[in-house]
Amino acid sequence: MKSFSGKALFLDRPDINTDEIIPAKYLTEISRDALAPYLLEDLKLDGFDPATDIAGKRVIITRANFGCGSSREHAPWALAANGINLVVGECFARIFRQNMFNCGMMAVELPADTIARLFSTFADLETTVQTDVDAGTITFSAEGESKIIPFTLSGFDADLVTAGGWVEYADANF
Amino acid sequence: MGKTIAQKIFDDHRVGTPDTDVHVIRLDAVFCHEITTPPAIVDLQQRCKDRVFDPARIKVVIDHVSPAKDSKTALQGMILREWARRHGIVDFFDIGTNGVCHALFPEKGFVRPGYTVIMGDSHTCTHGAFGAFAAGVGTTDLEVGILKGVCAFRTPETIRINITGTLPDGVFAKDVILSVIGRIGVNGATNKVIEFAGLVVDAMDMEARMTLCNMAIEAGGTCGICAPDRITVDYLWPFIKDKYESPDEALAAFSKYLPDSDASYDQTIDHNVSNLTPMVTFGYKPDNVKPVSEMAGTPVDQVYIGSCTNARISDLRIAARVLAGKRISDTVRAILSPATPKVYNQALEEGLIKTFMDAGFCVTNPTCGACLGMSNGVLANGEVCAATTNRNFNGRMGKGGMVHLVSPATAAATAIAGTIANSPLYTE
Repeated sequence: MKSFSGKALFLDRPDINTDEIIPAKYLTEISRDALAPYLLEDLKLDGFDPATDIAGKRVIITRANFGCGSSREHAPWALAANGINLVVGECFARIFRQNMFNCGMMAVELPADTIARLFSTFADLETTVQTDVDAGTITFSAEGESKIIPFTLSGFDADLVTAGGWVEYADANF
Repeated sequence: MGKTIAQKIFDDHRVGTPDTDVHVIRLDAVFCHEITTPPAIVDLQQRCKDRVFDPARIKVVIDHVSPAKDSKTALQGMILREWARRHGIVDFFDIGTNGVCHALFPEKGFVRPGYTVIMGDSHTCTHGAFGAFAAGVGTTDLEVGILKGVCAFRTPETIRINITGTLPDGVFAKDVILSVIGRIGVNGATNKVIEFAGLVVDAMDMEARMTLCNMAIEAGGTCGICAPDRITVDYLWPFIKDKYESPDEALAAFSKYLPDSDASYDQTIDHNVSNLTPMVTFGYKPDNVKPVSEMAGTPVDQVYIGSCTNARISDLRIAARVLAGKRISDTVRAILSPATPKVYNQALEEGLIKTFMDAGFCVTNPTCGACLGMSNGVLANGEVCAATTNRNFNGRMGKGGMVHLVSPATAAATAIAGTIANSPLYTE
């Protein structure tokens, strides 16, 4: 199973699309690792600079409808190439969400008010995330603040995370 | 309780339910292009699973960057080409026969009512215009589709959108879908199928229905679907005439996929278009829409008529009607990319290409190119483009560029004016 823990990156905007996550001009790369330098290059978000804000981050916390637009699985691949295997948000675009679990990564949905509290408490702090998939908890910690947030995966999503992705699962079952 | 179109198709194709809300369905067609398929091919090879479930059900095109613009895009084409040969995939469309996938594959008769289709391309929802369940997927889903002929989806909850009223002259399917997206938002149909219904849809030809369904994804929709009817049958007749005695018999067979009158919808929206005006997007989201009249006078650097949304023959005819005898503004460069070779040929025969060229348009070969900023019309930083495409995302047609989505009529009028403008086909 992949790692879902580490430093947090807060992206305070809904509807971040996959063109912003990885622009189409980089879709000519066959190697997934080659996408790493271009993650979030076109993100329209005040105060965000991909050159300085992504390094060392392992988890993204964002608002609603992350990953909308193009079906490109290059979006999760670009995240994974930067060591980011978990995105936490209010809800996700269908194709992006499925792509994440199909790669053995996680797109975890939390209620809007929980997301709002996480932003108000942690967004301006250096925050570390510790995820326990078996227990179904994500612990957010920063400078004396700590919150344990429960989450649930459907049985199918959990199977994909455990199997490492959809190819192995489907080949074994269908 | 009755069923929606998508529910009926799922019932016909379900091969497993690994979870309460997850349905694994059998696929009637898997479509492939050179951007998202090569990583699947390479991965299958690395897993020692370089197989295909059924070469006859896999349809392949090189369309996003064609002809190849550099070594990397040439390699993508090569991987796809060699894979198709290796597996005996006959329906492979390379330079000379290739066109934008969601215009080309319908034209070849590859989609039928009741079909299940996936492709590693979000605008696969276009094919729902034929009463099919067609969904864009990522490369891993595509890979499993290629290998096993199945794909997993959540329960297809459906939003029914009844397009009611009378569509005014000079207002088109593109304006209708932009107004729908503006109404329900870019997240308004996420995880849902949109069933487009109502007298306005009933009166639309297949090309207009494809424009409608094409942009379902811009509201987050899994698929846009129109109920199959006589117009669907007539379009498909050359491809199905050996299978059915008559169009009536085909229609009777397809009626199996009509929604039940007591079907259960997640939401039903009546969308009256009698007072609709030509629409245009502003900003960086496709739900940022307003009437063209409110944006009139905004200068543009480029006009682009192309893409899977609006570059079929009916789109070219409308744009050419606006352009006939006119010249584009000196301050604008204009590009036409007919969607397929058939469209291109037909436009040549009808004299439309001459109209475009006399007006000052550059006419390119069929390709997706500029729509996603990969080739054939990429914008420079700060430039503005009025485009008949489907996405106005930041950077979509080139870093720092601004895209305004419009109908072909508005695009043509804008090319002439040099600023965003209503076409003379529309009178307020």
